[in-house]
Amino acid sequence: MDIPSGKTKREVIDQAVIRFAGDSGDGMQITGSQFTNTVAIYGNDIATFPDFPAEIRAPAGTVPGVSGFQLNFSSGEVYTPGDSVDVLVAMNPAALKVNVADLRANGILIVNSDSFEETDLRKAHVTSNPLEDNSLDKFRVFPVGLQKLTRAALQHLGLDAKSMDRCKNFFALGMCYWLYNRSMEPTVRWIDDKFSKKPLLSEANKLALKAGYSYCEATEAFQISYEIPPAQLTPGTYRNISGNQALAIGFVTAAQKAGLKLFLGSYPITPASDILHELSKYKNFGVLTFQAEDEIAAITSSIGAAYSGALAITTTSGPGMALKTEAIGLAAMTELPIVICDIQRGGPSTGLPTKTEQADLLQAMFGRNSEAPVPVLAPSTPGDCFWVALEASRIALKYMVPVIILSDGYLANGAEPWRIPTSEEIPPISVKFETNPEGFFPYKRDPQTLARPWAIPGTPGLEHRIGGIEKQETTGNINYEPLNHEKMVRIRAAKVDAIRQDIPNATPTGDPDGDLLLVSWGSTFGSVAQAVKEQREKGRKIAHLHLRHLNPLPGNLGDVLKRYKKVLVPELNMGQLLWMLRAKYLVDAVGLNKIQGRPFKQSELEQKIEEMLGV
Amino acid sequence: MTTAALPPLTRKDFQTDQEVRWCPGCGDYAILAAVQSVFPELGVPRENFVVISGIGCASRFPYYMNTFGFHTIHGRAPAVATGVKIAHPELEVWLVTGDGDALAIGGNHTIHMLRRNVGIKVLLFNNRIYGLTKGQYSPTSEFQKITKSTPYGSPDRPFNPVSLAIGAEATFVARSVDIFQAHLKDTLRAAAAHKGSAFVEILQNCNIFNDGAWTGITEKDARSEHVIQIEHGKPLIFGKARDKGIRRKPDGDIEVVPLGNGISESDLIVHDAHHPRPSYAFLLSHMEGRPGFPTPIGVLRAWDDLPRYEDVVNDQVAAIIQQKGSGNLNKLLRGGDVWEVK
Repeated sequence: MDIPSGKTKREVIDQAVIRFAGDSGDGMQITGSQFTNTVAIYGNDIATFPDFPAEIRAPAGTVPGVSGFQLNFSSGEVYTPGDSVDVLVAMNPAALKVNVADLRANGILIVNSDSFEETDLRKAHVTSNPLEDNSLDKFRVFPVGLQKLTRAALQHLGLDAKSMDRCKNFFALGMCYWLYNRSMEPTVRWIDDKFSKKPLLSEANKLALKAGYSYCEATEAFQISYEIPPAQLTPGTYRNISGNQALAIGFVTAAQKAGLKLFLGSYPITPASDILHELSKYKNFGVLTFQAEDEIAAITSSIGAAYSGALAITTTSGPGMALKTEAIGLAAMTELPIVICDIQRGGPSTGLPTKTEQADLLQAMFGRNSEAPVPVLAPSTPGDCFWVALEASRIALKYMVPVIILSDGYLANGAEPWRIPTSEEIPPISVKFETNPEGFFPYKRDPQTLARPWAIPGTPGLEHRIGGIEKQETTGNINYEPLNHEKMVRIRAAKVDAIRQDIPNATPTGDPDGDLLLVSWGSTFGSVAQAVKEQREKGRKIAHLHLRHLNPLPGNLGDVLKRYKKVLVPELNMGQLLWMLRAKYLVDAVGLNKIQGRPFKQSELEQKIEEMLGV
Repeated sequence: MTTAALPPLTRKDFQTDQEVRWCPGCGDYAILAAVQSVFPELGVPRENFVVISGIGCASRFPYYMNTFGFHTIHGRAPAVATGVKIAHPELEVWLVTGDGDALAIGGNHTIHMLRRNVGIKVLLFNNRIYGLTKGQYSPTSEFQKITKSTPYGSPDRPFNPVSLAIGAEATFVARSVDIFQAHLKDTLRAAAAHKGSAFVEILQNCNIFNDGAWTGITEKDARSEHVIQIEHGKPLIFGKARDKGIRRKPDGDIEVVPLGNGISESDLIVHDAHHPRPSYAFLLSHMEGRPGFPTPIGVLRAWDDLPRYEDVVNDQVAAIIQQKGSGNLNKLLRGGDVWEVK
């Protein structure tokens, strides 16, 4: 539908994917998150994919320095950041080179033509100028002198050239706002806030933003603009939230609901550090954050805090997880409630610090010496991180057990609109410290949950000793007897198993039985859900089961798996959940495995589904 | 918690029913006895004591103390204890560790606990050997020491634990000896009175794997010649006839001088444990390795003007609550830009 608007056309569409790409110093992450915030506030459903290098500032203009931010926004439901891009903003030849393959035919390409000089091309190892060699013919190319135009707009402010050039991302952002008929107001507010102490820079950024917008209006560069109406989301109050933010406020909420102090012991590591940053802000909630000297101190300080009665958590990523291994065993042995958040990234070793992967599942399941089972949970979307933080805290406190949350880089930095619950909607978490010395034993168990009492220092008459050595059931005294050890090993396992009674059954979305079941976990939720939805619209008899509880697994899972002729387990690893399901349920499931540091594309999943169905 | 009506605690109140499993003749027994006799004097309710340890012979200590106790994992006790203190600053946390636990696998945690000045009393039992693993050299073993893992002599230079603690700017650093019961108790009392991190090295014999670890210091005949007992405000004098002292040299270094022949007590260094800077204490801590110098025991440094870490952390929380008011959950959930969907 075309709506006339001045001399340019305005077209109503349901969905668009835009990607901002530039140098890591070009402010692409800020540009992307500003655009995201604006469309989210407007009411579109969104999914984002920030993709940036591990180097803080790789040499300017080079391929390793390219930073990107992709956003899918729609008037319908959005599950993924999108397979291909409708609009690509490329700030230099390196950004163009890395990203142009994802731009769909006839897509809009906005390039900063000021950065296509001989030296720029050389830095990107590009031999011929793509703006002149017809290689971009299948796109709608808009070369814009972002640098010159921004300088022209700001020259009266008396800023140096470097400061003016830093504003050119907002010129590009202004252009995109015009292209999608979006208000600049939320970004103007953000600039006011961000630069409240630097009025000149505040003014410069606002001017650049408005100049970009006016440039489109005045030059009619695009000749067309788009309108994407708000999405029909569940009614409520919404905010835009990233996975790491959601985990942070989830834990604050859990501590408040449990009436406990929240303690975070953490050591900075990508992509988990934002949880530490976020929680450090919430001191007025009594949050205690401790930046430890290393990963081991981060978790062992949490164990100390849990021992003395706090809701204690630790946050890390794969390499840090490896270092915490022995301490997780101690928490399992002493049966103390802590929550360990592993924000997975590409590995092994240092691997791909800023890229996503799901390859720590078996580490979370089994990565400790001897028999040390712990509950494992995984959030499915950025907003779900909030609810998983609450659920993990509930389980840890109810069963007196360390709990692992497996998030990942994609959830951590990705964002979505999140319906905000009111505090009253969130159930309380019940916690009882032992206070009665009568008949007290440190390992006397609750018959239902098998949890031992939480007897914290400072409680008269409950003085007792715990530790990593095997202990006698009930008394907790050191004990090396063979049968006692076997009994204790089995009790610790039975305790984790008992949680199965306390978690929902597996309920697939789609056909209740049929030709194919896709089983996923963690951040692949969106792309798998979308792929299954599209395939079902084509009449395929398939379903999708997304697992939030990975240990223990839902009680009916074995039955569910049997109801389908085939089972496909797509994972961003070599087949770790696949391995668990095959081992536990003797099901001949197959995997779809991608280990590229990037999420699945919907098309990759659909292709595999069709291949398995023989269509 | 406690009221004046409660009977005073005794040594017996701190003994457990657990059979003590150190080797007969181990120096740990003497240290346990000293700690059990000092704890009742401290005016702390028994339930507020938390004894935390790592791994090693010394680290079995909590099982024999009738307090809250946590036998953690190798080297990590300082971090566990730091977590306890941040969450509950009112607790009286004592940490028991050994030369391997504190200085090898846990070296990092030890120095960071000390530089932060967490209010923890640290008892490092130094027997210069790995006992629980049956006789390998430790970070305090002598250069060229023959052990199971160094049949041709150890190539490592040892750490001096008190030097290390002072280097980490610990605010209280002391040394005592397992068999010097009166001195050990006095040292423990001094540590207990200190608010910040209190680090006490206790020279201890391992009669199985390193017998005579400190013979040069503990033997009756050698004692007075090789040991100097230092006390705040008193001159540095030692020797059987109290005929030797420590004097400053013009270049800032120290030297041992015989008293008499024109050298009197007034020429000697008067021990100042309360000096805010650690350099003098470091100089003292370092002398035993030098020919002719004695080994200092006593309180080398006790400067208690630095706030405790757990108080800094919790005071900050209190100040922010004062300034912003107690956090409102609904406000937190609605943080940032929000919008309504109808």
